[in-house]
Amino acid sequence: MEQFIHDLIGNDLLATIVWCVLPLVFILGYAIVAILAEMKSASWFQDRLGPMRTGPWGIFQPFADVLKLLMKEDIVPARADKILFNLAPVIVFVGAYAAFAVLPFASEYVGADLNLGLFYLIAVSSFGVLGIIMGGWASNNKYSLLGAMRSAAQIVSYEVPSATALLIVAMMVGSLNLQDIITAQSGGFWNWFILGGPKSDVVLASGAVIHADIGNFVFLPLLLATFVIYYLSALAETNRTPFDIPEGESELVGGYHTEYSGMKFGMFFMAEYANMFLVSAVAAVVFFGGWQSPWGITLGEALDIPVLTLLEGVFWTAAKGFFFVFVMMWLRWTLPRLRVDQLMYMCWKVLIPASFALALVVGFIVVIR
Amino acid sequence: MLTEFGKVLIFFLLGGVFVGVTLAVSRLVSPRRPSKEKMMTYECGEDPIGEPWVKFNIRFYVIALIFLLFDVELAFLFPWATVYADLGMFAYVAGALFILVLFLADCYLWAKGDLEWIRPEPEIPKLANLIEHSELITPPGSSPEKEHAPVAS
Repeated sequence: MEQFIHDLIGNDLLATIVWCVLPLVFILGYAIVAILAEMKSASWFQDRLGPMRTGPWGIFQPFADVLKLLMKEDIVPARADKILFNLAPVIVFVGAYAAFAVLPFASEYVGADLNLGLFYLIAVSSFGVLGIIMGGWASNNKYSLLGAMRSAAQIVSYEVPSATALLIVAMMVGSLNLQDIITAQSGGFWNWFILGGPKSDVVLASGAVIHADIGNFVFLPLLLATFVIYYLSALAETNRTPFDIPEGESELVGGYHTEYSGMKFGMFFMAEYANMFLVSAVAAVVFFGGWQSPWGITLGEALDIPVLTLLEGVFWTAAKGFFFVFVMMWLRWTLPRLRVDQLMYMCWKVLIPASFALALVVGFIVVIR
Repeated sequence: MLTEFGKVLIFFLLGGVFVGVTLAVSRLVSPRRPSKEKMMTYECGEDPIGEPWVKFNIRFYVIALIFLLFDVELAFLFPWATVYADLGMFAYVAGALFILVLFLADCYLWAKGDLEWIRPEPEIPKLANLIEHSELITPPGSSPEKEHAPVAS
């Protein structure tokens, strides 16, 4: 597909830019859907109708919201640190977008096929914390500073269990390349890591072979626990309920973006939604086979239509990602907010010891088998 | 064609360009009528009291330090994870010892109380408490032996 874009455009640099813009187009489309989905799911969970005025069933509400944010006055408080205040939304969004570079959408599409994709992902996903701290501090507002401090403490704390959970899968695959991780799960849903990983030998693109047999079902409970650890940490890293104390509106107004208005607030909002999809898609890639269909074969390959294979890959990535985004929205209206001390207890005394123990056990089984 | 890391650079630049263009468009179409009240720092409608750039809870600093240690050590584990299966038991034991040391660090922090968040412990008044600490309600002059101050940690 990359060659196709290059042939179509001719200019190398321009073609690469088009190649790299595609996830941005995806994020914009996804954000529109997700904003509406969040409003509608929230109202249905509460037995309301939600937005109904803009268009049939309110489906144009997200467009109206974006337009409103664009046309709102951008207020920079007189006592704020102007440079950092303006820089913060840029950094938060760039951090979220840069992480999409290694996310495989299909067998033919991954922005940058890094051989240390997983490592890059973990490194870049904590980039946004800088923007949050920057924005919270530069606002010169007590709520913002408190929100930013809490948010930073939470995100960096939960980085440890989530990185360990991803490490466990990397230990089983022996590669940090996300495409390799997906290839290892090819053949059907029973080969996904959530169900214990591959059940027969897999040859990776690099030529390395993962030796596996039906006995890999012993990993099922271990990897199920790993997934739970990863998903809980991902919820905390995206500041979603029940871990949304940085923006607990009953105590901190809006958290670190209290002073932001107009499109700068919109950028924080976009970054949050992009991050939600990112962590969900990573969960899908690492534990649920990424762009693979649940039954292992694709219609496009069967009929030998490459375009169909590509679209199917994007469909499964999006479907699996959206499912976990939906679970996040679901949890938001199901669980109450935790306290700061409960949050730290959960991370340092439950998830981190548990993830270390899982890493030791999984590693031991991999070595002796 | 650019290398893979070149594409990553383009991703970074594109993110910045996107935010820049959006903010520029917003600046063109949005009104700008600043007033003294509007530019004031938000504090629930009141005039802001004091400086927000104050000392914050030291716990956040401790958490940041712990994170730094754990994250750096986790970074060392990633290369190990890709090769240990081929190297066999020796490599596993080496990595396992490393993880155990990390685990030990977590236990140490736990034991030292660095993971405890300060919690208010309000004393709920009960009749039994009042009788037990009857010196608190006896007239002054009789020296109270048990000083029972409310625990405010």
